[in-house]
Amino acid sequence: MSTTGDLPKVQARPDEADASELLLDVRALPTFAFGHRSMMWWSTAGLMLIEGTVFGIAVMMYFYLRTHAPAWPMAAAAPELRWGTLNTLVLLLSMLPNQLAKRAAERCERGPARLWMTVCLLATVVFLVLRGLEFATLNVSWYTNAYGSVVWLLLGLHTTHLITDAIDTGVLTVMLFTGPFESKRFVDVSENALYWYFVVLSWLPLYGVIYWAPRF
Amino acid sequence: MSEHASSSHLNAPGGHGPRPVDGPHASDAARAKLAATWSDPPGFIGALSAINHKTIARRFIVTTFVFFVLGGLLALVMRTQLARPELRLIGPNLYNELFTTHGTTMMFLFAVPVMQAVAAYLVPLMVGARSIAFPRMNAYAYWIFLFGGLLLFASLAVNSAPAAGWFSYVPLSGPDYSPGKGSDIWAQMITFTELSGLLEAIVLITTIFKMRAPGMSLNRMPLFVWATLVTQFMVIFAMPSVMLCSTALILDRLVGTHFYNPAKGGDVLLWQHLFWFFGHPEVYLIFIPPLGFISSIIPTFARRPVFGYPAMVLALIATAFLAFGLWVHHMFATNLPELGKSFFTAASLMIAIPSAIQIFCWIGTLWTGRLNLRTPLLFVLAFFFILVMGGMTGIMVASVPLDLQVHDTYFVVAHLHYVLLGGAVFPLFGAFFYWFPKFAGRMLSERLGRWQFWLFFVGFNVTFFPMHLLGLHGMPRRVWTYPRGLGWENMNFAATIGAWTIALSVLLFIINVVVTLWRGEAAPADPWGAGTLEWSVASPPPPHNFDAIPVVHGRDPMWEPSAQPRFVSGLAADAREVLVTSVLDAKPDHRSWFPSPSIWPFISAVATTVLFIASIYTPWAVVWGSVPVAVAMIGWFWPKRSSNAFAVAREQRP
Repeated sequence: MSTTGDLPKVQARPDEADASELLLDVRALPTFAFGHRSMMWWSTAGLMLIEGTVFGIAVMMYFYLRTHAPAWPMAAAAPELRWGTLNTLVLLLSMLPNQLAKRAAERCERGPARLWMTVCLLATVVFLVLRGLEFATLNVSWYTNAYGSVVWLLLGLHTTHLITDAIDTGVLTVMLFTGPFESKRFVDVSENALYWYFVVLSWLPLYGVIYWAPRF
Repeated sequence: MSEHASSSHLNAPGGHGPRPVDGPHASDAARAKLAATWSDPPGFIGALSAINHKTIARRFIVTTFVFFVLGGLLALVMRTQLARPELRLIGPNLYNELFTTHGTTMMFLFAVPVMQAVAAYLVPLMVGARSIAFPRMNAYAYWIFLFGGLLLFASLAVNSAPAAGWFSYVPLSGPDYSPGKGSDIWAQMITFTELSGLLEAIVLITTIFKMRAPGMSLNRMPLFVWATLVTQFMVIFAMPSVMLCSTALILDRLVGTHFYNPAKGGDVLLWQHLFWFFGHPEVYLIFIPPLGFISSIIPTFARRPVFGYPAMVLALIATAFLAFGLWVHHMFATNLPELGKSFFTAASLMIAIPSAIQIFCWIGTLWTGRLNLRTPLLFVLAFFFILVMGGMTGIMVASVPLDLQVHDTYFVVAHLHYVLLGGAVFPLFGAFFYWFPKFAGRMLSERLGRWQFWLFFVGFNVTFFPMHLLGLHGMPRRVWTYPRGLGWENMNFAATIGAWTIALSVLLFIINVVVTLWRGEAAPADPWGAGTLEWSVASPPPPHNFDAIPVVHGRDPMWEPSAQPRFVSGLAADAREVLVTSVLDAKPDHRSWFPSPSIWPFISAVATTVLFIASIYTPWAVVWGSVPVAVAMIGWFWPKRSSNAFAVAREQRP
């Protein structure tokens, strides 16, 4: 089937202890692999499925409350577009150093990986500051009404992801500089980049809901 | 992440001369080395650091079983209170706490996690792996689960337990009608158990997709592994919903949000939608793994491969899909559009199709096999009877007019216990009897097992059958007592006698286990003559599960003529090295070094517990409580110098 195309070939060979017995000798196989071949990819994918479901259900909560409301947004102005839009641009731009870090990791190049991870880390600082400004310009509090509650919930959920992604990236970058280093870290960098894509791309529908849905 | 080597070998990174590897003809020294490599460390700290999947799963199973017994004792107190009209053994408040804790315990602390716990023991053995994927995360998930369960029972012990029912409807559970900490504790208990359940789902899915022995393509996986796989995907899509709605509840209660407050634009039915979008699939999280147990037990005791394997797999998947389209049938008594309700009635009836396919396949297997009527098979046969009864009443309550008539009566209590005990607990006891020799290396007593079975079967029907009639006679559920003269006395008394009979049967099971562990008959590797890989290793299995990883050539490897090559060789014996294979065909792909035992998962779980519990008392705990969690998890991830040196010396790039 399709996934087997690039797999290393493992040959059966006779056993030294008993020549009638064939063995599948795996001692020459590599000790790590990238993409869906690695186990880390599957745990990251599982995490993304779970969190994608959380975002999806939170967006449904938003529209459920909206269908029950006489006016939307309830007794508040829509959030200011300025910081949210700027942050969206920063997040989209951050996909570039992220992709370069991923590519360097998958080529097992520690220097470039180090460089692009550092750029990504700087990006996390920028978008966390911008996120603070976004909270300050939502024009509603979580305790004002149900509209405020659900907007804070959506933005809060995504911010949790920004923070955890920033910490992950920070720890990995430190390790790339100081060690202890082993090649398996390249797999971690590659998976971190995959998760970064998730955090950025899941923001786009949330941005649309938080900033544009109340305007239509 | 990367502390893979056994401690004794860390001093010689890279080593000189041939390093010890496994294989079917490996020396005794290599086998001893393998066992030492995969063992958990000794001592108290060692016990807290244990990560072997069998150790963790054994603890997990025992913990869930203790919660099952505790939840059962709560039910026994309630049944005793209801034995006669106008009894005053316990008051209404305590009664509310008891039924809430009983339901919550049975659903969140027993029925869902016990299935994951059994899977965490069996799946690596069934797919021919030395370990479960992410063994430290598996240990962390166990500790989180344990602490969440302890939180609930601690709250009952200090009499501030939740009292708004196991589905905790708002506005009753909201800030206005449930003052005190009970509902907050309930909501945080959800966070604990669902976090644990979601992590277990990732662990099990990765194990099943990436760690199967070479040759075990997806269409050769044992049906229990299929059932587990399907269930874990359901966990991933269902549990986020309940985490989100309980988080919204606790936010409403603690920081003044208005998700469920109609005065400020919130909506109480939002809770019911979110809860049942999880709650209905949850029934299938409980029910699908037992289908896997049954599909393991029936072929063994019918002494033939299961009939209709592809149909069985497709039926499991279809059940899982349909399970997500049923949640509104819990909400027929609300003001939803009638057309919508008809859709959910139709969807509810459709679930009968895949269920029937499986039942016909099992009947086909039994019919054409040579039956060996042992205790595990008795429990499975009881499943047929009881589940079909529960399915019949299920068809009744799936119809809107009937449901409105019996909503919130004992009819529903009878229905849900027929489905859950019949669908899950009977097969689970069958599974305990079936796999106990593998877990413990000893055979449970068949005589005590039969006594237990008949007491359970009779006690169950005596308890719950009268409840159908009580419900039709109008007895509402969740009443702490009832007046004389309504014609409910005798049936309630019968139900109480039945409940004590069930208690006696569970006591017999506990005695059976204790006596067997003390002086039971030793079990051979394959006491039942079964076909799957877990029976190819000693009972109980060695720490490393398999001396040599098998190569699989069919669905029932133990029943098929052996083909060459039979085994894998060349995995390190002095390091926690496992073989990773491809998703569809299980072709060998790479070797991976697994982490060694570590105290960090335990410390991380303690830090997480502090965060969760403190946040009930002050929202700021979410801020300061995250710091120890982050520190502990970084400590968990950070490699030791020695293991790093080992990896650098041995690693091989793709």
